[in-house]
Amino acid sequence: MKDGFRALLAGRFGREALRAAVGSAEEKERSLDRRLWRELGDAGFFALRLPEADGGVGLGLPEAVLVFEEAGSALLPGPLVATHLAAGEVKGAATGETVVTDVDGQLVEWLAEADHVRGDASGARAIRSVDPLTPLHRVGSAQTGISDAAVLLTAALQLGSAGRTTAMAVKYAGEREQFGQPIGAFQAVKHLCAQMLVRTELARAAVYAASVTGEGLDAAGAKLLADDAAVRNARDCLQVYGGMGFTWEADVHLHLKRAWVRSAQGPTAAQVEERYAAAL
Amino acid sequence: MDLTYTEEEEAFRIGLREWLARTLPMLPPKPDPLDWPARRTYDLGWQRRLYDAGYGEVHWGATPTQHLIFLEETEEAGAPYVGANFVGLLHAGPTIAAEGTDEQRARWLEPVVRGEEAWCQGFSEPDAGSDLASLRTKAVRDGDHYVVTGSKIWTSHAEVADWCELLVRTEPISPAAPKHRGISWLAMPMDAPGITVRPLRTLAGSAEFAEMFLDEVRIPVANRVGEENDGWRVTMVTLSYERGTAFVGEVVACRRTLGLLAAAARENGRWDDPVLRRTLGRLSAEFGALWRLTQWNVSEAQRTGGVPGTGGSVFKLRYSHARQELYEAAAEVLGPDSLDLAQEWTADRLSSLSYTIAAGTSQIQQNIVAERILGLPKGR
Ligand SMILES: Cc1cc2nc3c(=O)[nH]c(=O)nc-3n(C[C@H](O)[C@H](O)[C@H](O)COP(=O)(O)OP(=O)(O)OC[C@H]3O[C@@H](n4cnc5c(N)ncnc54)[C@H](O)[C@@H]3O)c2cc1C
Repeated sequence: MKDGFRALLAGRFGREALRAAVGSAEEKERSLDRRLWRELGDAGFFALRLPEADGGVGLGLPEAVLVFEEAGSALLPGPLVATHLAAGEVKGAATGETVVTDVDGQLVEWLAEADHVRGDASGARAIRSVDPLTPLHRVGSAQTGISDAAVLLTAALQLGSAGRTTAMAVKYAGEREQFGQPIGAFQAVKHLCAQMLVRTELARAAVYAASVTGEGLDAAGAKLLADDAAVRNARDCLQVYGGMGFTWEADVHLHLKRAWVRSAQGPTAAQVEERYAAAL
Repeated sequence: MDLTYTEEEEAFRIGLREWLARTLPMLPPKPDPLDWPARRTYDLGWQRRLYDAGYGEVHWGATPTQHLIFLEETEEAGAPYVGANFVGLLHAGPTIAAEGTDEQRARWLEPVVRGEEAWCQGFSEPDAGSDLASLRTKAVRDGDHYVVTGSKIWTSHAEVADWCELLVRTEPISPAAPKHRGISWLAMPMDAPGITVRPLRTLAGSAEFAEMFLDEVRIPVANRVGEENDGWRVTMVTLSYERGTAFVGEVVACRRTLGLLAAAARENGRWDDPVLRRTLGRLSAEFGALWRLTQWNVSEAQRTGGVPGTGGSVFKLRYSHARQELYEAAAEVLGPDSLDLAQEWTADRLSSLSYTIAAGTSQIQQNIVAERILGLPKGR
């Protein structure tokens, strides 16, 4: 399943498609690739956890996090989590015919593109989203209850990004030469990369475990660690890339910006830390 | 550490403060940050006002203490940043002032001081970033000219500059001539035939820096500052200014931002989070100390005469990280609004990502501190 989905993404949303999407988003034709959305539907991305009797794939959260991790790694745009969670509840969500978004606290992603909005988006105001591939609206409302599954799947997206930036940094460190040797030979660079892996693996353990236990607290903790891994790895990757990391051309900033957006979804770090503290 | 000011210095401060209070309200509106030609006009216009008021040469003509007072007062009053004049006023300018001939000083400093010419810095190359001394842009002597061919990268403001401080190789690297030898420092007119500038976009979306391709560009030998093949030493003078004094004003700016952040947090309720409060408190202590460190570095430079020392690396190392932490804290204060590019702090947060890379990466600064200050053995 994971491999199949990885192959689908490599074919349909590889680096060129990612950059083309950034380009067209910049020309203000910020639109979701509906064909790709349908193909995701056909591949079972949205119906993954629907029972087979209801036309779904009949798998569970442990499989879903693996697939979402791949989506995060590819920086696949769109309200993936909301549409996945709406499968079986909102008509056409499971097949990718309908795009569904959620009002999550004070933000809504892809509001203008969505066919169906869950939650109260009245008074929504468009902001200039820092992430070129995630249009955002601000809403005034207080936090709506976001499900544990949504928190965990968002964490899986972050995990995928953290893994990808680690791989990008390691590849660059092995190729870029300064002072007559690959920069990865310098301990300072090596240690940055090593810490990236440590963060990724810790987040991975938390995400995978939470997908098995199904506990809300585990999901929140996984999100906390995956947010941290995604944001800090993107920053360290930027540092390893040097001046190149500060360019629009390199993909590093796309990972960082998406990681910032995903970090703002669901409970805040402060809320999760307080929950863990209270449970001690 | 001498923290007292002479009567003369205090008078300088008061005079400047009064002038700023009169002048700042008369400035034209700030240009669009993405419009570099407009920014050039604005930045040079500001320099012209400074010149007319007698502050034009303060970046190298005044005593270091006066320079510090100038940076402190202009920043506190919210005066425009040097911007497109960064290299001219804080980089190439001080280098020419220290290393140039009388003729060169007269030719190049005057127009910078009068707000007539802007400079850019052509040091880095695609294969020579941290390892700057391995640069390969080659200059071949042809009578009283150098013929220069090669490419430069990350040249900030190249599109709006009149001059470029250019590092070239005047002698190829060989066992007899190690890479640090054989470099020369040239002033290149940006309108010379053979220069192609290709803008590069930053992750913030602006075309702030560029690639520069040089194809047999003819530069008069008279434009060389310092001796032939002695450019590395001249460069070290330039870089010590970059790390020593070029960021001073920004420390004051950071202290102002902290005050604004606290006010915003009090207003939107985030001040109730003790973790955020303490982060802001700690940063405030740090920026206070960074300011003291600057004063100290400057008074040392004044005492020993001239060029700021390796203390600049200590400063730059902590400052660049502290400033990144400042904008992380700003994102906490802003909450979901931190994802809105229309927020000034969001744009600043993006820019701050370059601080640990530009002007020598943090890894390189740590090597300098460890090897040159602490005397630890040199690694490869
Ligand atoms: C916003 C911005 C503006 C700039 N403006 C200018 C300008 O106007 N003019 C100009 O000439 N240049 C400019 N630069 C270039 C800047 O000086 C270089 O980016 C910087 O020196 C790093 O070089 P690099 O990008 O080639 O990175 P690299 O040298 O390739 O470094 C990549 C990574 O390897 C690490 N590394 C390299 N060597 C070592 C080592 N020995 N030990 C440990 N780690 C090491 C670095 O720390 C970094 O993490 C600018 C850069 C930026 C980001």
